[in-house]
Amino acid sequence: MELHLLLLFMIVGALIAVEAKDLLSSVVAVGAVGFALCLAFLILKAPDLAITQLVVEILCLIILIRATLRKDLPLVIKGRWFFNTLGTLAFIAVFLFFAHTALQELPGFGHPIMAVVKRYLQQGTAQTGAVNLVAAVILDFRAYDTLGEATVLFASVIGIMAVLRRPGRIK
Amino acid sequence: MMNDPKIGMSLIVKTVTRLTVGLILLFGIYIVLHGHLSPGGGFAGGVIIALSFVHLMLAFGKDVALKKLSKNLASNLESIAALMFLSIALFGFFGGAFFSNIINKGVPFQLFSAGTIPLSNLAISLKVGVGLFAIFLALVILEESKRK
Amino acid sequence: MTLYLLCLALFCVGLYGVLRKRNLVKIIIGLGIMEYAMNLFFILLAYRYHGRSPIEAQDQQILQMVDPLPQALVLTSIVIGLAVTALVISIAIRIYEKYGTFDITEIKRLRG
Repeated sequence: MELHLLLLFMIVGALIAVEAKDLLSSVVAVGAVGFALCLAFLILKAPDLAITQLVVEILCLIILIRATLRKDLPLVIKGRWFFNTLGTLAFIAVFLFFAHTALQELPGFGHPIMAVVKRYLQQGTAQTGAVNLVAAVILDFRAYDTLGEATVLFASVIGIMAVLRRPGRIK
Repeated sequence: MMNDPKIGMSLIVKTVTRLTVGLILLFGIYIVLHGHLSPGGGFAGGVIIALSFVHLMLAFGKDVALKKLSKNLASNLESIAALMFLSIALFGFFGGAFFSNIINKGVPFQLFSAGTIPLSNLAISLKVGVGLFAIFLALVILEESKRK
Repeated sequence: MTLYLLCLALFCVGLYGVLRKRNLVKIIIGLGIMEYAMNLFFILLAYRYHGRSPIEAQDQQILQMVDPLPQALVLTSIVIGLAVTALVISIAIRIYEKYGTFDITEIKRLRG
């Protein structure tokens, strides 16, 4: 029940974030959505993710606020407003219909399949020595995932340094 | 430089920052070192370490934070952390496979246990923390150079 | 089932923001909301009734745990999401510097 309430809160916050006229208030609304997501992780028994989501959300808010500060711009709506909105809503309706059809095939909420994980849960602590099974999966059983993540982060830092460097001399 | 009233935020923010920033860094290191025993781990701890430097920079201006951790040092540390993680992975070839956990596992629920997992946590936290700090530094330096 | 549909509705709100808004920061916010919905969907799939968080306790045997595998995947995805958001924001700042606006139709018009 509390998950339903949290999800409704997140949807309302996301709608405010998308529709608000002021950029700063829309950034604050997306921060509220992120903190509600942190609470949802905590209810769904994922404390690692809750900690990570909390600190990442704070850093994301700082970066977004620094980017949007003193750069406000009035939102002008003109042109084929009605037609475009109708087209987008129709696309979303089709998406939701097919998603509903696909969701019938998934296992119900609260009854996961757990075919792969059964071995990790039984032998994880004995094989790796780590008590936190998420750490055991992320750094021992499936460490290639973490290696790929490190590569993506490295590429992203290089990209940001290249995009934001000071402009050089023009010949 | 730290008490210059023209740079950074007000006196209250500066005093509170001076008291708390060390504790935040210490909490990040605790989260990293206990990553295999309790919730947390390299990612969360690294972001907390980056946040402590970002906190310093927001309160005192960029020069104080750059004196603690300059841009070149940040770039070099990130590369070193990436190489560290890769060498931990390659080290597993002594046990027969990439990423093989060959160090003695020890007793569970002890701080020094679980083989290579705490070492990998350290490498990842260094990489994530310094990388995110470098991202924030690049954004701030751009703003400063534009204002001149 | 209702939870899955609500999660997909959150995804659709982000999709609406990406498709319909003309401000670059609004598009980035829409991308972030889509990422939140996707992470939440993974964790909803992993939940188990009366399960406990996947950490062993010292003096008791825990019989039922939630699925740790999607949690491990999402843990990397969150940090990658932050890096991607920072990259897109830096590109948006460069565009603002060059064109003086966040409006994507203006940017298209001013090219060349």
